[in-house]
Amino acid sequence: MEINALDVLNAMKKDEQPPTKRNEPGKKMTNDIASNKEYKVLIENLAVSYSGKTAIKDINMKIPDKAVTALIGPSGCGKTTLLRTINRMHDLTKGAEVTGKIIIDGENVYDSYINPILQRRKIGMVFQKPNPFPTMSIWDNVAAGLKLNGVKDKSILNEIIEDSLKMAYLWDEVKDELKKPAVALSGGQQQRLCIARALAIQPEVLLMDEPASALDPIATQKIEQTIIELKKHYTIIIVTHNMQQALRVSDRTGFMYLGDLVEYDKTEKIFKNPEKELTANYVQGRFG
Amino acid sequence: MSSSERRLEFRNYFQDNLGKRMVTDKVIKIIVIACVAIAIIPLGSILADVVRMGVEIISFEFLTALPGAAGSGEGGIANSIQGTFIMIGMTSTIGIPIGVLSGIYVAEYANSRVGKMIRFFNDVMMQFPSIVFGIFAFLFIVLVLGKFNLWAGAVALSLIMFPIIARTTEEALKLIPDTYREAGHALGIPKAVVTVKILLTAAKGGIVTGVMLSVARIAGETAPLIMTILGSKGWFRGTETAMDALPLTIWRLSLLPYDDAVMFGWGAALVLITILLVLNMGVRYIVLHRKGGSGSLGMFMRITGGKK
Amino acid sequence: MSRDLLAKKRNFHWDSIFKIAATCAGAFVLLIIVLIFGQLLSDSWLIWEKEGLAFVTGDRWNPVEGRESFGALPYIAGTLVTSLIALCIAVPLSIGIAMFLSEIAPTRIREPISFVVELLAAVPSIIYGLWGLFTFRIVFKDWFESPTHEALGEHIFLFRDAPFGLDILTASVVLAIMIIPTISAVSREILLAVPAIQREAAYMLGATKWEVFRMSVLPYAKSGLIGASILGLGRAVGETMAVTMLIGNAVGPKAFPFGFFQQGNSLASIIANEFNEASPVSLYFPALIGLGLILLFVSLGINVCAHLIIRRVTNAHEGGIKGF
Repeated sequence: MEINALDVLNAMKKDEQPPTKRNEPGKKMTNDIASNKEYKVLIENLAVSYSGKTAIKDINMKIPDKAVTALIGPSGCGKTTLLRTINRMHDLTKGAEVTGKIIIDGENVYDSYINPILQRRKIGMVFQKPNPFPTMSIWDNVAAGLKLNGVKDKSILNEIIEDSLKMAYLWDEVKDELKKPAVALSGGQQQRLCIARALAIQPEVLLMDEPASALDPIATQKIEQTIIELKKHYTIIIVTHNMQQALRVSDRTGFMYLGDLVEYDKTEKIFKNPEKELTANYVQGRFG
Repeated sequence: MSSSERRLEFRNYFQDNLGKRMVTDKVIKIIVIACVAIAIIPLGSILADVVRMGVEIISFEFLTALPGAAGSGEGGIANSIQGTFIMIGMTSTIGIPIGVLSGIYVAEYANSRVGKMIRFFNDVMMQFPSIVFGIFAFLFIVLVLGKFNLWAGAVALSLIMFPIIARTTEEALKLIPDTYREAGHALGIPKAVVTVKILLTAAKGGIVTGVMLSVARIAGETAPLIMTILGSKGWFRGTETAMDALPLTIWRLSLLPYDDAVMFGWGAALVLITILLVLNMGVRYIVLHRKGGSGSLGMFMRITGGKK
Repeated sequence: MSRDLLAKKRNFHWDSIFKIAATCAGAFVLLIIVLIFGQLLSDSWLIWEKEGLAFVTGDRWNPVEGRESFGALPYIAGTLVTSLIALCIAVPLSIGIAMFLSEIAPTRIREPISFVVELLAAVPSIIYGLWGLFTFRIVFKDWFESPTHEALGEHIFLFRDAPFGLDILTASVVLAIMIIPTISAVSREILLAVPAIQREAAYMLGATKWEVFRMSVLPYAKSGLIGASILGLGRAVGETMAVTMLIGNAVGPKAFPFGFFQQGNSLASIIANEFNEASPVSLYFPALIGLGLILLFVSLGINVCAHLIIRRVTNAHEGGIKGF
């Protein structure tokens, strides 16, 4: 039987929380979440601009726990921007400015006391193009994040690496050649290696930015299977330009257009019976 | 124990080491900033020395008179200034046409294999020790003519100059979109005319930058001049005689055992550094204020790889 | 109609003349390189004939007529030793500067700092020499060389000689200052060429800036940084004036570099110092040309290596992450 991993983790975390944070704003949300475990990430009035140019505006979303949420929309609509705000990747972009709140487990990611480095450890991310560390072996790639966190014991490293590679459905293909350079793998394998690398640091949320866009159909299928398996344990947010993919893997879908979240609902509803005409036109392929 | 139960324990193995890591990060940051400071200190010291000493000696007479007796503290360095400008002029006469044409050849005419080869040799030649060009010009011209002369100096310096201009011209031409060329050819304009009238005009800023950088480079060269123009105490008397130039004067004066002579050396250094600063600032101005020229400063620095 | 044809013909005429001129200019660099090697080889022929390979391995330097004996080894060693010491000092500093400019500096101060570092490159060698001779060597001797000599001179032979200021270490340090702009400008370009996605991979794992650099940027840029350093080495090898003014200009066996505080000499500086003293009909003259030829070969070898490495790296970047 499966135990709800995140509940236990959340409970553990709550015990660890220092008392100084109890009076912080946003703390109130903890109670809401405690009473309503359904949602993992809450996005409130989020807006992002690059050097004064608005990229996304006034986004409000409740992202459910242990489910796949897909973001779809034509290119340039801001879906990748939205994804990257969740683990503060925009800190690295020059001129990017973020307003609003992203609340994960009751803490606003953008509160000043939050260390983005700690935050990123809680949130895994997989990028559009596979980006393994080119000079490292498969083993070292997965171990990279663990070593940052001070895990030195070889047997524990091996155990976590094996577990992560199994979760990413790559273990059977690479278990005999873990010392091989990561770049020797095929594109699809590299992408699953990147998923394993992200999972190794035991994140709670997994962000995926068009993870299959650079891959062939067979590799895409494997990645999609992986995603469906992973949602048993993680909150997954996936950006995709492929509507079939969103339909296949996601439980909820948000449709974005020109920086707005036009509609956000159960995937089935978005594709079969959307509220807005714009959404209907897009999912039926009339533009995009 | 099931694997998902076990998984919950993984986080317990993680260490709470963020504080330590942030400290390392800060320490490295301080070291890196110290690197920058250490590199800037010599520059500050050099500029301060040159200006402090130079200002003391520079006067109207210093800039306009011929040198007096060694160590007398009389006279000036006017002939060296004249010599430096004459060297720049003569070198440019040889170096610019060859450099620009060579850049045009690589960018517009050569197939990619030949182009790559020529670019490679231009890069290699740019890194040749400058004294070797001096030796070459001595053997090739001074020995043949039987006397030290300005043309030998100009040839030696133009060999330093033309690869720089060739590379910057080539890069500037490559930045021009192909539509310019296609438009010209579609109108039936011959390739030579397209290149000269359309492309060179469009690439003007880049080429001027290259020329100024190369002039700044050759104006400070000393080693090749020792064996070509030798140095003299008089005004310019024709291209087939020996002549002085600022770097040569600085070298000669710095080795003399008289304080006055050394002060003259600092004065000459101030004049030389002013000329070079004006040229470098000019380049910067052109690069920064040219439309669509963003990012090209990096390109030019990469080509010249820093200088001297 | 006929006028059109005529115009076309004339244009064609100019077109081919222009093409020929451009081709000649393009080929000029090859011609000059061959010419330089040929000229240097033929004018140094006498010394190769007399000394043979001993010219490269010998250490004597006697231009007195009738007793001539020439060996280049101390100067080859002097050139390589000063350049390598300079490299050891300059590479860490330059990579630090490049790291500052590509990773740490806010955009606002990135450009001014780049400019200042580039100004260091614009200062001519002769002015570094002047500054070294009258300012730096005195400070350096009083604050570093003399204390080090007193503390370590008896125990470590490298610090044995009594420091005078004009020695191998002083020349090397000034040389290091001079090649910092070269190495840091190229290194900065190489670090900036590391794809953002590589950095993000490390950031995503919760790495600090330094950890991102160490995990992601450095391995990716390593061979490019080596290329940049070799390019700096090439510069240092050919550097003449500042070294000439600071290295002490010893000749013969005692110029062979055995200690930091010893007077030495380099290929370029002995040529600069003695070229105008040598009579073109003596054996002294071909010996100096021979030194020039050796210098050319050393510098050529170093620079070809640097260019091949840098080119391989930039090509690899263009074509993705192959070749690692």
